[in-house]
Amino acid sequence: MITPPLETFESWKPEDIPAGYVADAGTSVHYETGGWRSMRPVWDEENCTSCMLCWVACPDSSILAKDGKMCGIDYDHCKGCGVCVKECRFSALAFVREHESATGKEA
Amino acid sequence: MAEHKAFSATGNQMVAEAMRQVDPDVMAAYPITPQTTIVENYAKYVANGLVHTEFVTVESEHSAMSACVGASAAGARVATATASQGLALMWEELYIAAGMRTPIVMANANRALSAPINIHGDHSDVMGARDSGWIMLFAETAQEAYDNTVISFRIAEDERVLLPVMTTLDGFITSHAMERCVLEDDQVVKDFVGEYTPAHPLLNDEAPVGHGMFAFGDSYMKYRLAVRRANMGALPVVEEYGKAWAEICGRPFDLVETWGAEDADYLVVCLGSAAGIARHVCRALREEGVRAGVVRPRVYRPFPAEQVAAACKNAKAIAVLDRADAIGASHAPLCADVVGSLFDAGITVPVKNYVFGLGGADVPVSQVETVYRDLAAVADGTSDTTLGFLGM
Repeated sequence: MITPPLETFESWKPEDIPAGYVADAGTSVHYETGGWRSMRPVWDEENCTSCMLCWVACPDSSILAKDGKMCGIDYDHCKGCGVCVKECRFSALAFVREHESATGKEA
Repeated sequence: MAEHKAFSATGNQMVAEAMRQVDPDVMAAYPITPQTTIVENYAKYVANGLVHTEFVTVESEHSAMSACVGASAAGARVATATASQGLALMWEELYIAAGMRTPIVMANANRALSAPINIHGDHSDVMGARDSGWIMLFAETAQEAYDNTVISFRIAEDERVLLPVMTTLDGFITSHAMERCVLEDDQVVKDFVGEYTPAHPLLNDEAPVGHGMFAFGDSYMKYRLAVRRANMGALPVVEEYGKAWAEICGRPFDLVETWGAEDADYLVVCLGSAAGIARHVCRALREEGVRAGVVRPRVYRPFPAEQVAAACKNAKAIAVLDRADAIGASHAPLCADVVGSLFDAGITVPVKNYVFGLGGADVPVSQVETVYRDLAAVADGTSDTTLGFLGM
């Protein structure tokens, strides 16, 4: 069966529902879950050595990297679990209350 | 139709033979009485190179069904077998298998649930799966267990259905007792089920898809309605493949098998092996002039409501024999379906519900005869129709 476009998802009828699969892979990228966060990791670029331990440890693939270097945090999907903060050996990640954070994108 | 030599076989042997002939890609299974000899036989076929199946030896039924769901989503043709506590342990994955629309075929040798611990036959295990979305077939005989298993693959994999199918046989009575059976040629079965081509396999990196996704309230009901429609819509598909197989093997297939129902005053409705005893009693009663009959749905999910109602429409009183209880409910599972079907069809015949044969309790002919004889009092309203335990 040909799946209707995802943009029209809300108007899908049961007969449009594909039998058990979703047509596109990786659709969770479109679904922002950062709003669940109460604590926020804040990156200090000065202290960061791009050892990438945080990137390995993050359960939500929310450590952004480019050309092998740490380049920020994906606050659209980071849930604020704090694993990256715990793993950081270089004090490059602070952990602050979401409502007290002054930097980064507003959740 | 080719001539075949009859031979003696148990229901479990016949199910294993059907699965050998189909030769699915993956079987993940765990042994449990009274199903064990199905997977035990199948493991021998694998060891002896008679099949190409990847046999996954798992540590529990929970893992068995999980592996089956994974393999099916990956694009494999998958079969397994279980019973009783094993089926109960699969509960979580049964709903996942149906919701993800994975066309798995699973044999179940119907058995009681603990406690008290009991390894013998009844329908308590399968009735726990009746709302899961699986298609459910009930065999009366070892031969029928074979035929049902063969057609299950076609039903499950049909694009109009895409649901898992549970092909059941009564524990010990059918799973272990020897019967006269006939096996069709391997090639006949292979031609009937054909090559399986999954529509959207997970392991196709040229067309990546996601399986088993999260759904919020905005879409969850749409998915659930799609499952219901697929299940309810499977009834003509079950009949189509049942009749097509009947054409090949020469053994009849009906969604609802009836004996003497057309002119019967007193009817028994039951599933599985008990129908044989009921027919035996009917023949004797007919010689006395008592018009007795039997109605046996061969498919239980989706429930053939119209066919059951049509078969019951001329009766003066009906007894529904349930080999499982639904404790706390007014009716045991089969009776609830029958009563609902009659109500919807506007048929107001009195219905008496009996729970019988639990945990392998013997069902003597005299007991079933009592059921028919007591229906006269049910018909004239002098007997109450609340649920009773037969023989207690």
